[in-house]
This record gives sequence, structure tokens and C-alpha cells, in this order.
Amino acid sequence: MSDTSQGFEAEQRPKRRSRFQATLVRDRKAQAGLLVLLLFVIGAVFAPLLAPFDPNEMTLEMMSGLTWTHPLGTDDLGRDLLSRILYGTRVSLFIGISTVGIALVIGIALGLVAGYFGGWIDLVIMRYIDLQWAFPNFIIAVYLVAVFGTGLLNVIVALSLAFVDDFARVARSMTLSLREEQYVDAARTLGFSKARTLFIHILPNAVAPIIVQATVSVSYAILGEASLSFLGLGVDAYTPTWGLILADGRGFITQAWWLGVFPGLAIMLVVLAINFVGDWLRDALDVRQAVTD
Amino acid sequence: MASYMLRRFIGSIIVMWAVATLVFFMLRFVPGDPIAAMLADAGGPDEIEAMKRNLGLDRSLFVQYAIWFQNMLHGDLGNSIYGSRVAVTAVLAEAIPRTLSLSLLAFVIALAIALPAGILSATRRNTATDTTVSLLAFLGLSMPDFWLAILLIIVFAANLQWLPAIGYAPLSDGFWPWFSHLILPSIAIGTAFSAIIARMIRSSLLEVLKADYMRTARAKGLTPWMIMFGHALPNAMIPVITVIGIAFALLISGAVVVENVFAIKGLGRVLIEGILNRDYPVVQGAVLVVSAIFVFSNLIVDLLYGVIDPRIRLN
Repeated sequence: MSDTSQGFEAEQRPKRRSRFQATLVRDRKAQAGLLVLLLFVIGAVFAPLLAPFDPNEMTLEMMSGLTWTHPLGTDDLGRDLLSRILYGTRVSLFIGISTVGIALVIGIALGLVAGYFGGWIDLVIMRYIDLQWAFPNFIIAVYLVAVFGTGLLNVIVALSLAFVDDFARVARSMTLSLREEQYVDAARTLGFSKARTLFIHILPNAVAPIIVQATVSVSYAILGEASLSFLGLGVDAYTPTWGLILADGRGFITQAWWLGVFPGLAIMLVVLAINFVGDWLRDALDVRQAVTD
Repeated sequence: MASYMLRRFIGSIIVMWAVATLVFFMLRFVPGDPIAAMLADAGGPDEIEAMKRNLGLDRSLFVQYAIWFQNMLHGDLGNSIYGSRVAVTAVLAEAIPRTLSLSLLAFVIALAIALPAGILSATRRNTATDTTVSLLAFLGLSMPDFWLAILLIIVFAANLQWLPAIGYAPLSDGFWPWFSHLILPSIAIGTAFSAIIARMIRSSLLEVLKADYMRTARAKGLTPWMIMFGHALPNAMIPVITVIGIAFALLISGAVVVENVFAIKGLGRVLIEGILNRDYPVVQGAVLVVSAIFVFSNLIVDLLYGVIDPRIRLN
């Protein structure tokens, strides 16, 4: 039995890898996306080394245009825009990834349980998920921030809870279809525990659509965080985040266009790169089901 | 059809009831007690007592809920507790037409872009046109709406001075003042929406164009124009309408953010100002109205779907 399954896996693995490679070689957008993401991750990790100034250091060169000292100019308080954007990358990527991580764990747990057990458990969980599904994620996040208050942790909690329904729905629909598979039946017949059946037999086979959903969600979470920060409902007034930098610069865009252009460009590039990669993953993992929000 | 409509309508009412209930209890159960924070902002002990009585906070939670619910059904959402203390319904009544004008105009602009883009992309599949449309759609999806709003202000209001940068003019001031204030925010809100719809129209049309009845239509000598608008598009639009329903969320969320860039006091600005001022009656009211707009526009889309696709209607 174990020999057969190893043989099967050994046969599958190179196939899957070559499908990744084959689709990536053809997909210029995905290559560009991965490169841009890599650059942003490097920027985030090495921000203290790469940033020419402290992001909150005020200088007398207020609203200076693009110079060698300040390649992206400075803001109304003389702070270096490039340094602020570099540090902002850390917040955006951290919130984007941690939010989706939390939403994924909670959502998948709910979806697996609902789909596998069915009955009243499914009814209760899915009624709630359907209710949340009826509303835009961003509106839910705004309302949760209104209730919990602003700050890094609260923004992460609000955004995570807002995205839970997306993962629960994907996990449940996958569980419903996998529950009827023969190998799941076999696991049940062999007397494996429900937890083992769920996590060892069902979950790994539901991974592909979940990866695609997670990728798309990271881009939505980054946009969501930026929007919250922009509205004054974000991390705090001192941590430079892309949304906050744009909000701070908003009053001066007629005199200093760079304050309105570069932070938004950073958001757009990261989100665009993630969308390109997400599209490739959908193709490579052969996920046909449309993931929309 | 009548029973389907009735079922969907009752379903929407239940969703609204659940939302109203959640909104009420969440504000009272969360750690940090926003009501206490709100009371602390109210002033001295006498004012706090008066406000507690005014809000009915001296009674049990369920009595409070019953009273709040009853008042809500009578169209009374309480008074703002910040600044002029006007009735929440008055604030909302002023805001709703602004947000609706904005969302509807954004919707029209988005469709006006998405329809031709999607059709061009599908009929000229894998050509330069298709690639360009696809790239533009990706850009539209990735651009934060508030950033696009800022870019539009820099270009069309600050530099070219073609359109006003901020504010709103009611329709009673004339068509052009109303329209000119709404063009830039509508484009900012509608862009992501139009990108999603264009992509959906493309993939749906490509499916339909493969169908047997398309070959029949060509075989009986119909012009390409008649094939597209008489046969292909009506069928391709069925799945698109569902996506329009889902993506409508984007317009509402977009309005919430973009209204704040253009200083248009619609529901979004009322909601955010309410949150920043800890004006919870206003926040509650704005959340309810935004939810109602969303739930009932989804209902309309569902019913429309039933009208267009007989399979839904007959099931």
C-alpha cells in the first residue's frame, strides 16, 4: 500500500514541477511579477540598510523635488519619501501576509468542519458565512476597526475576519466534493479518526484552489490596509504606511506631485505583481473555479 | 416566478434584520466598550447621566434592543452625538442621493468601457488589441481607487483645470454642475469594476462563440453585427450579470473611500467621519444604509437574472 502511494507520488511530483516550469517559461507577466515581488521583499527586509534616511527624520528641505539626495523628493515636513516608502513596504507586506494567514487558518477550519460534518453544524456555520459573504470585505473591515479601534493588531484582526468567508467557502466546496472520493471512503472504512481524515486526506487535495484564493487575497488585503490607513483608520499616525503617506501628502499634491504619485505607484506595482503571479498559479495548478471578490 | 421573488425578498429582509442585530450588539459587547468611550467624550457627570437616559442605557440590554429596533422601524435612528446633534436620518437623507448618484454614474461609465473592451478582446483574441485590453484590465484591478482619484485631481483639476477638484453640487443646481463634480470620482470608483466586467465579458463571449448555434447563425448568413448583438452577447451576458452583482461590492466600497478624497459628504464620508468622531449613532445608521443598498441591489440582480434566464425562473 505504502509502496504504491510512494510510487504514485514520485510519478506526480515531477509532473507538477514541470507544469509549474512550463507555464512560467511561457508567462512573461508572471516572470515580471515574481521579479517585482522579489525586489519589494528585499526592500522590506533590508529597509534599514537601503533607506538613505530615517523615515521620520525631518529636515529643512521641505517639499524638495527629485534630487540625488532625495531621489523621490521630500514631504511637507522634509522627510525623505524614498525612505518612507521603503519602510512602508514592511508594514504593507507584513499586514497583507499575516492577515491572509489568519483568515486562511480560521476560514479553512470552518469550511472543512462545515463540509465534512454537514447537518446542523454546516447550517449554522454557512448561514453566518453567507451573511458575511453578502457584504464587501472592505466595509466589514471598516466597521470592525470602528468597533475595535485603530492600531496594527486591530487592523490585522479586522482585515483577517473580513476575509474569513472567502476561505471558508472554498474549503467547504472542496470538502463537499472530496468527501465522496473513494480514498476518503477508504480512510473512513479503515477507521481513521475524523481529524486524520480531514487533515491528512482531504486538506492536501484541496490545496490548489486555496493557494490561488490566498494569493488573490494578499493583494486585496494590501489594498484594504492602504485604504484604511488612507482614511485615518490604519496602524497609527507615526508608522509610515503607503496609505498614510498618500493621506499626508494629499493636501500638497498641487505643489508636490511626487507626494501623490510614488506611494500609490508602490501599492499598484505590488498588487499588479501579485495579480500576475496569481493568474499564473491558477493556470499552473489548473484551478478552473473563478475566484472573485 | 412570484414565489421565487417572494422567497428572495424575505431572505433579504432576514439578512437586514441579522445585520441590524449584529450592528447593535457588537457595539455593546466588544472589549474597550465604545459606548463608554463615547460617554467619556460627552462631558461632565450630569451630561453623562442625561445621555445615558437619552440613549436608554439605564435599562436592560434586551429592552434597549427592542426600543432601538422599534425606533428603527419607525425611521428613527437617534441623534448624532457630535457637533450639532442633528437626527441621524437627516444626515443620511442628505448623504444617500450623493452616494447613489456617484455609484450609478460609476456603474454607467464602467459598463461603457467594459462592454466594447470585452467584445473587442474576445473577437480579436490573441491579437495586440486583446493583449492591450488584458494589460489595461490588470492595471485597473491593481490601482487603488483613492490613488487613481488623486492622479485624476492632479491632471484634470490642478493642471488642466477642466473639472472641479472637490465637492458636490445637487442636481437641482443644474445638470452640468452636478455632472462635472461627479465625473472624476466616478471614474476613480468605476475603473476596477470595469476591469472585472471586461475580463468576464471576454471569457464568457469566448465560450459562447464556440457554441453550435453560433455556427448555425453564421451558416444562415447573418451579418457579424447581428450574430454578436442578436445571439452571442445576450447569452454571454448571463454569467456576467452574476459577476456584476458580486462586483457591485466594489462600487460601494469604492464610494466609501473616494468620497473622502473628493470631500463629497455621501454615506462613505459620513461613515468615516462618524468613526473618527466616535459618533456611534451615525456609524450605526450609515452601516445599516450601506448594507441595505448592498443587499437590495443584490436582490435586484438576482431577480434580473431570473428574468433573463428562464432556467432560474422555472426552478
